[in-house]
Amino acid sequence: MSKITRRNFIKAVSSAAAVSAAGFPMLAAAGGKKQVVIVGGGVGGATAARYIRRADPSIEVTLIEPNKHYYTCFLSNEVLSGERKLDGIKFGYDGLRGEGITVVHDLATGIDAGARTVSTKGGKTFKYDRCIVAPGISFVDNIKGYDMAAAEKMPHAWKAGPQTALLRKQLEAMPDGGTVLIAPPPNPFRCPPGPYERACQIAHYLKNNKPKSKILILDKKDKFSKQGLFQQAWDRHYKGMIEWVKAEDTGGGVIRVDAKAGTVHTEFEEYKPAVTNIIPAQKAGKIALTAGLADDKGWCGIDHKTFESSVHKGIHIVGDAAVQSPLPKSGYAANSEAKVVAAAVVNLLNDRDPGTPSWVNTCYSIATPTDGFSVAMVYNLGADGKVAKVKGSGGLTPMDSSPEARAREVYYAHSWFNNITKDIFG
Amino acid sequence: MSLRKTLTVILGSGLLLGATHTSAAPPTASMLADTCVGCHGPEGSSVGPAIPSIAGMSAEYFNTVMKEYKADGRYGTIMNRIAKGYSDEEIDLMGDYFAKQDFVRYPQQLDAAKVAAGEKLYDKNCSKCHDEKGALADDDAGILAGQWLPYLTYSMEDFTAGKREMPKKMKKKVEKLDSAELDALLQFFASQQ
Repeated sequence: MSKITRRNFIKAVSSAAAVSAAGFPMLAAAGGKKQVVIVGGGVGGATAARYIRRADPSIEVTLIEPNKHYYTCFLSNEVLSGERKLDGIKFGYDGLRGEGITVVHDLATGIDAGARTVSTKGGKTFKYDRCIVAPGISFVDNIKGYDMAAAEKMPHAWKAGPQTALLRKQLEAMPDGGTVLIAPPPNPFRCPPGPYERACQIAHYLKNNKPKSKILILDKKDKFSKQGLFQQAWDRHYKGMIEWVKAEDTGGGVIRVDAKAGTVHTEFEEYKPAVTNIIPAQKAGKIALTAGLADDKGWCGIDHKTFESSVHKGIHIVGDAAVQSPLPKSGYAANSEAKVVAAAVVNLLNDRDPGTPSWVNTCYSIATPTDGFSVAMVYNLGADGKVAKVKGSGGLTPMDSSPEARAREVYYAHSWFNNITKDIFG
Repeated sequence: MSLRKTLTVILGSGLLLGATHTSAAPPTASMLADTCVGCHGPEGSSVGPAIPSIAGMSAEYFNTVMKEYKADGRYGTIMNRIAKGYSDEEIDLMGDYFAKQDFVRYPQQLDAAKVAAGEKLYDKNCSKCHDEKGALADDDAGILAGQWLPYLTYSMEDFTAGKREMPKKMKKKVEKLDSAELDALLQFFASQQ
């Protein structure tokens, strides 16, 4: 005998409603299951889907994502060094399907906040009670000559997958003694320490395979995340191999490329590297812009307690696309935000207060297979209703931490990867 | 209850309310625990290879450990920085939450000969306190049975290097064992399913 819980009661009512829907349309509406539509199956979208189902299995969750697989950006730099295979950062959606989430491989092309519908390239329309938009990033044309065709010659590899494979292939093909040019973007952008960890991982490959080669980083910024720790690691492991040039010294970093000629230009200089990695400036993913969710800078304003859009009610934005500072645009932050959003959405759909949020970020960078370091922070909702760092918490690996501690951090980074991807994709 | 004691309790709770009073309710236990599982694995059971599982740990021990990290009284790579982000009340909530979760064990690559040697050493040296082969959620120790070997190894390194304090009885035993014996012992704990 099954007990009549509230959930079972709702289930019973809604199935009865379905049977008699034609005769009693009002009842069908009252008893119908709540619908959440999630746009984007990356870290934020997939995590939110799982956590909504976990908290309230009576809610129907549909996730719309064009790709059959997701390649994590985090640890994709290890693919560039050869320490990890591309398959090691590849994840599918069977885990989500197994938990009763409807995964639709299609591209969301429009969101009607008034009618509460999401429409797709495939011609489908999905009705929602609440929508979660987790579109990641898209690129800003801040470098002349850098378009989709140019990205096939000078990969950005800032959305992992084929671009990562392409950059790895170019590194494998380049001659010993060549230069790898990395052009990091201006703030704000996905994964702030990423370009500098990338320099480490590429240097790790070159040191062991093409030791006469060099890495030149032409930055759009004058300082960067975990700078002291990275520069210390470069000095320790890759002395003389990596040169970082701040924006001030080049008049603003890379401004133009000629992908056919293979040249890269700053205001005063021209370079012809063996391999070029251009990481353009960023904004929210396309659907967020199409749906009018973004501000004039291209990012989505939100209420920090619920991550509900400050433009359209009923739509929540999670992950890199949101204006979530002081939370960073990182994988862990997107995962943490998604859990807060999932709780808020479930509570709001059940006519409860959205709840008090708590967030965390942990971000590891791997300089060599035995030297890693991290930054961490705990966040809560400040009295002003904004995300706030919890005073006294968090911070960086100390500059003087021992080699043993650094080796542990690499092993912890790999454990973190295994655990968080299990948390995201099931 | 004496008058003095009653007054102390009233005053104490009053102070406590004053100290922790904020406009919002604290986050729920699951909201707080969800911030941990990105690293420590689903419901606190790590899929490895090095980050420890915290599922099933006694609430008492969880509290002890977190408060030690918070006060920099225990060596760690990252946990000191993270523990400082949570109030004692929040740590209580998280401890109760993880104590209720099952410790899920995953197979590890171990050396069968070392595991066998470790079992003998365990019977002789550790079984009095870490009973049931380290599977019990004791109030003064974590669950050792099936814990990830690299984490057990790091912990033992910290104990023997003096970075973490050992209980007197444990110290006496550990000092008699060489590094190969300690490794065998840890392999035995890790091998428990």
